[in-house]
Amino acid sequence: MKLLRMIGVGALLHTKQLSRSPFEIATALIVPVVQATLAVYLFRAGGEPGRLLEAAVGAGLMGVWSSVLFGSGGAIQNQRWQGTLEMIMLAPRPPALMILPITLATAVTGTYAMLATLLWGRLLYGVPLDFAHPLLFLLAVPGCVLGLGMFGLLLAATFVLMRNANALTNTLEYPIWLVSGMLVPLTVLPGWTGPIAAALPTTWGARAVHEAASGGPVWPSLGICLAISLGCLITGALMMTYVERRARAAATLALA
Amino acid sequence: MSEYAIEAAGLRRTYRSRTGWLRPQRREVEAVRGVDLTVGNGELFGLLGPNGAGKTTTIKLLNTLLIPTAGTARICGHDVVTETREVRRRIGYVFGGDRGLYERLSARDNLRYFAELYGVPGREQKRRIAELLELVRLDGRENERVEGYSRGMRQRLHIARGLLHRPKVLFLDEPSIGVDPVAARELRQTVADLAATGTTVLLTTHYMAEADELCDRIAVIASGTIQALGTPAELRRHADGRQVLEVEAYGVTDAQLATIHTLPGVREASVTVAGAAQVLTVQSDAGVDVQADVLRALDGVRLGRVSARQPTLEDAYVAIVNRVAAPSRPLEAVTA
Repeated sequence: MKLLRMIGVGALLHTKQLSRSPFEIATALIVPVVQATLAVYLFRAGGEPGRLLEAAVGAGLMGVWSSVLFGSGGAIQNQRWQGTLEMIMLAPRPPALMILPITLATAVTGTYAMLATLLWGRLLYGVPLDFAHPLLFLLAVPGCVLGLGMFGLLLAATFVLMRNANALTNTLEYPIWLVSGMLVPLTVLPGWTGPIAAALPTTWGARAVHEAASGGPVWPSLGICLAISLGCLITGALMMTYVERRARAAATLALA
Repeated sequence: MSEYAIEAAGLRRTYRSRTGWLRPQRREVEAVRGVDLTVGNGELFGLLGPNGAGKTTTIKLLNTLLIPTAGTARICGHDVVTETREVRRRIGYVFGGDRGLYERLSARDNLRYFAELYGVPGREQKRRIAELLELVRLDGRENERVEGYSRGMRQRLHIARGLLHRPKVLFLDEPSIGVDPVAARELRQTVADLAATGTTVLLTTHYMAEADELCDRIAVIASGTIQALGTPAELRRHADGRQVLEVEAYGVTDAQLATIHTLPGVREASVTVAGAAQVLTVQSDAGVDVQADVLRALDGVRLGRVSARQPTLEDAYVAIVNRVAAPSRPLEAVTA
């Protein structure tokens, strides 16, 4: 109970800290509009105007992923810049518990990206918000967000070790959302991407959300997403303990 | 309970870094080169030294943020490498400067977050936070965002954060850096109060007056090793047999300072800038009157007040640090 409260309070306060950043606010205002526009025009140009909701949901998922990826990488780097990374690592708790609230907070702010993208899609382009399973959609999105938050912990483990974590985040953004089928169906991608896609929680999370929006069995995809994410959480937690020790040996917790 | 709050034996730390890809250069910096010290329970211990002497690295080795390259350290009897969590339960860490806080959160939110991290029981949190806000005189401003705080207020919030879980040992790394004199005096009072209640404090500072006023014992560290250790009175004896001449001047050149260094009886000479003026401080043997020679060496320089005085702790500190043999050779470039 104490642990859950700590994670809850941590995620809440990190969300508060993130949502007050002028950069985050500007990004949150602009990016969903851009992504909604791109997705809608992409599908219109492809002669599939009937799948505009799918396009908007896909664009929203890209927003959630970007938020988790840049949030996890950026948050660790921000903690380092702020001088708070050392302070949280000094707490007498397993290091993963110090980082999980941060990645969850980035996933929560990512949820906003999904909502904003759908809203802009509706307001600017008249995307019909006719969800096949509206209630399941409301469940699939937080489920996917939670899964990505846990995946974020695994990413964050590597970022703790790297002083220039930003470089890694930049190279991971597009390949992951492409391979996960967030916007483009997996069937149009080369066959060798299949196993990679199957191993990523982002693929199953995106599939669950798409199925909730356009129709299909949501539960299996959501279940697989959460199962893989749980695996990421456990691996991330173990890695974080190892990485924290490495970081103390290599002196990378602080900027200098 | 261990006899000592802090024990370090043969503590060493080498930083290794690598730059470049095609022809990588590996660098090694030996920041701490064998520190031995013990600090008793409830003692207020000072660690003095110039920039780059190894003060912060020593603190980070003791508070588990860094792993020693060699040697051992124990806090309240617990090893800093193998019993990390036990050590962390017992320590608080406060460092100087603007960083280390969540700027866009209020002081209360900052404290609430760290109270959770440090395992302060939920039912006790509210009372403890209120108590600490009052202690550091931030009550009434606790709901404002930290980004609007002055440096002194941030520093006080750092202290409150460091005390949330009632640590037995508190590490204060240059807490008064950049803080105005009034705030620094308040800070000293807070530190003295803490020590009076039995908290062991390890303080690093550049300010001699601060160390002199607060510390039971002081270690002077330079080039990664402890050069002198004792009570302020004991350390002052390192300047015994000396007298100090201070000259306010405008435009002392390096060549003139070098000449003063070579005068008979002169042990140390340094120039510090105070506003528009320079203050030339010359330490000499007590039996030798160097004033006339010094003034002659300053021929052509506009002079202000000239005064002679007894050595202070600061003079002793300068004497100890300057006595450190040959300049340190921290950098050793090795081509891979």
